[in-house]
Amino acid sequence: MVKIAEEWLNSCSGCEIAILNIGDVLVDLLPSLEFVHIPVLIDKKYYGQTGEGTELDIPEAVVGIVSGGVKNEEHLEVLKKMRERVQILIALGTCATDGGIPALANMYSNDEIRDFVYRDSPTTEAGPNPDVKGNHIPDMLESCSALDEHVKVDLKLPGCPPHPDWIAAAILSLLDEKNVLELPEKSVCDTCPTQRERKKSMGDIRRMLETPDYDPEKPISEMRCLLEQGFMCLGPVTKAGCSGMTGEAPRCISARVPCRGCYGPVRDDRIPLVDYVGALATVGYDPSRMPDRRGYLCRFNGGHGVLKKLG
Amino acid sequence: MSKTLRVAPITRIEGHAGFEIMLDDNGNVADARMQVMSLRGFEKFVVGRPVEEVSRIVNRICGICPWQHHLASNKAADLCLGAEVPETGRKLRELCQMLAYIPDKILHFYFLAAPDFVMGPDADYSVRNVVGVVGAVPDLAKQVVHMRYKTQMALEKFAGKVIHPIAAVVGGFSKPLLEDERKELLEVVKEAKDFCLFTIKFARENVFPKYLEAVKTLGVFPSGYIGTVDGNGSLELYDGQLRLMNIDGSYDQFDYSEYQDYIAEHVEDWSYLKFPYIKKAGGIKLDENDPVGVYRSNCLARVNVCDQMKTPLAQEELEIFRKEFGRPAHLTLLYHWARLIELVQCCERAEELLNDPKITGREIRAEGIKPQAGEGVGCVEAPRGTLIHHYKTDSDGMVEQANLIVGTTHNNAGMNLSIKQAAKAVIKDGKYDEEVMNLIEMAVRAYDP
Repeated sequence: MVKIAEEWLNSCSGCEIAILNIGDVLVDLLPSLEFVHIPVLIDKKYYGQTGEGTELDIPEAVVGIVSGGVKNEEHLEVLKKMRERVQILIALGTCATDGGIPALANMYSNDEIRDFVYRDSPTTEAGPNPDVKGNHIPDMLESCSALDEHVKVDLKLPGCPPHPDWIAAAILSLLDEKNVLELPEKSVCDTCPTQRERKKSMGDIRRMLETPDYDPEKPISEMRCLLEQGFMCLGPVTKAGCSGMTGEAPRCISARVPCRGCYGPVRDDRIPLVDYVGALATVGYDPSRMPDRRGYLCRFNGGHGVLKKLG
Repeated sequence: MSKTLRVAPITRIEGHAGFEIMLDDNGNVADARMQVMSLRGFEKFVVGRPVEEVSRIVNRICGICPWQHHLASNKAADLCLGAEVPETGRKLRELCQMLAYIPDKILHFYFLAAPDFVMGPDADYSVRNVVGVVGAVPDLAKQVVHMRYKTQMALEKFAGKVIHPIAAVVGGFSKPLLEDERKELLEVVKEAKDFCLFTIKFARENVFPKYLEAVKTLGVFPSGYIGTVDGNGSLELYDGQLRLMNIDGSYDQFDYSEYQDYIAEHVEDWSYLKFPYIKKAGGIKLDENDPVGVYRSNCLARVNVCDQMKTPLAQEELEIFRKEFGRPAHLTLLYHWARLIELVQCCERAEELLNDPKITGREIRAEGIKPQAGEGVGCVEAPRGTLIHHYKTDSDGMVEQANLIVGTTHNNAGMNLSIKQAAKAVIKDGKYDEEVMNLIEMAVRAYDP
């Protein structure tokens, strides 16, 4: 029996749905797991069950799983409490490992965000910002960050969301050390079956306003690489793993659309914003003609100081 | 002595919220409110992005209803760029929405809501959850997990990704449905339909009757409602007109593009979430005995605003429901019942679409789409309610402004009034315990996906 505590921070609950998508195997695993805290499923409260406590608390557990990045004071408080209470801390999903989509907010200041939401939006009758002092609601932090910017993280399971295979494998490895967890270290391109002709294309970079060239009756392996077709596909700079252990094509490619980098950079020390310039050049495209470079190349990894407000 | 109880997080819901109950000197409820703790800023950070990319960003607003955000966003982008979606493309989008709804409603009923009904609201929190349900009714629980998994994976197999989808694209859909895929999906949908028909009958006969007392007293107040209807006034989830019902049951019906004439948003400084209200009412008053401007969304709202369901078996269920509770039905816990009526329609509609010869057509996407300055309001019905995505683009097709009103936001006033009403009903003279607090929370849980 392994005690598990789970929390979600600046997140969407997709990671939690991915846990449920372990499916039938999860029912078999349940008797070996004891969830002591997981807001989406269990009614364990921070301030006591009747709300009379004054300090936020989370029960002790062997394993802590946290999804979402850190964007406000409460996220930070919960994360630190979690670290204090658990032996092994798992960052679940790309928001937790790299900031994720919500870290796109790092291109703007909190004042700009609040000005629009509480005053400038066309349907909003202008009002004040939330009064965090008088109302027990947490203040926003200026930047949306990954978990390891604040505490030690023992295991990172990226993905938006992570494939249920990796979550199940991680849990199995915790139940029995004979089950060794081996996460992918390759790039999406390394696991992509599309055809690369390695000929330079000289056209313009194409946005997804048009449909790639492919025959729907034929398998993905007979479609030409989307990057070679001129579509911005982030496969070269993105960590593999989105198909779990199924051996199938990367998920977006299987739907005939390009990768957007949801598993984060292929290695922790890589910066897609820099590396992708080279990838584009090898297929003959001029990187300077790429629109919204930061919005594509930092879409999932705006934490770790990668995305900042300009000017 | 007066004091404040602070219950956080609200659990077995999707999202981050807490509630506060202010007790007066005699231990009675002076006030109560639900607070949403965070603001992520999607409206701001989609500005500057190519509009065709936004549907791959805003799906992260919600991991339970990513398909609905993905589709509403694509509809808004279609309008900004003047793209006419071909019939097959439109039907594939709707099919995916129906397929996404099925596991979601199964999840909510059995995993999130059922613990209160199967284990009882007074059960200890350590068993009042899905693990407890698995222990109490293991065979049914296994079937639930399996059915949910099967429907999720069927959609993933066809559309690439089930959570945070990518397969709808501006102008239509990214890939056609092949005949073999159609047959496979149809088998899954037929099995799901049988299971869902079993579920609603089981709930109607064995679950809801036991809790009628709670249904009639917890979180109850009158309100307006919002939902989508088709040209016949039938309950619609993918595309139609919005119908906004006033508290007295009269309603306005309008195109998506006119939403600003009917809905406005109010700001309070004690929550990050705004309070939309019926603009015609002139303002909003959060008084559970005399609410002004308050309307609700999600399944109960949709079954209230529609004249009838769109499919026959769902219509039979609506008739049973209306005979007992009338129209509009204001009892908050009836969300659970309405959710299952919609579930039946989703299964029937998915089956209809899969039997439609157009569904395997090859014209799935508009051609010749070019960046342009434009504006569009895209709406669909998500589990928690109407999604309104309103974008403006510049001449490069980049987003200049985005205004979003999403399911949970429509229900902010409703959830607050339900908490206040429930707290006043169950806390008396300073007496409260864990069961009482959970009863109050049940009034919020009803609004969830």
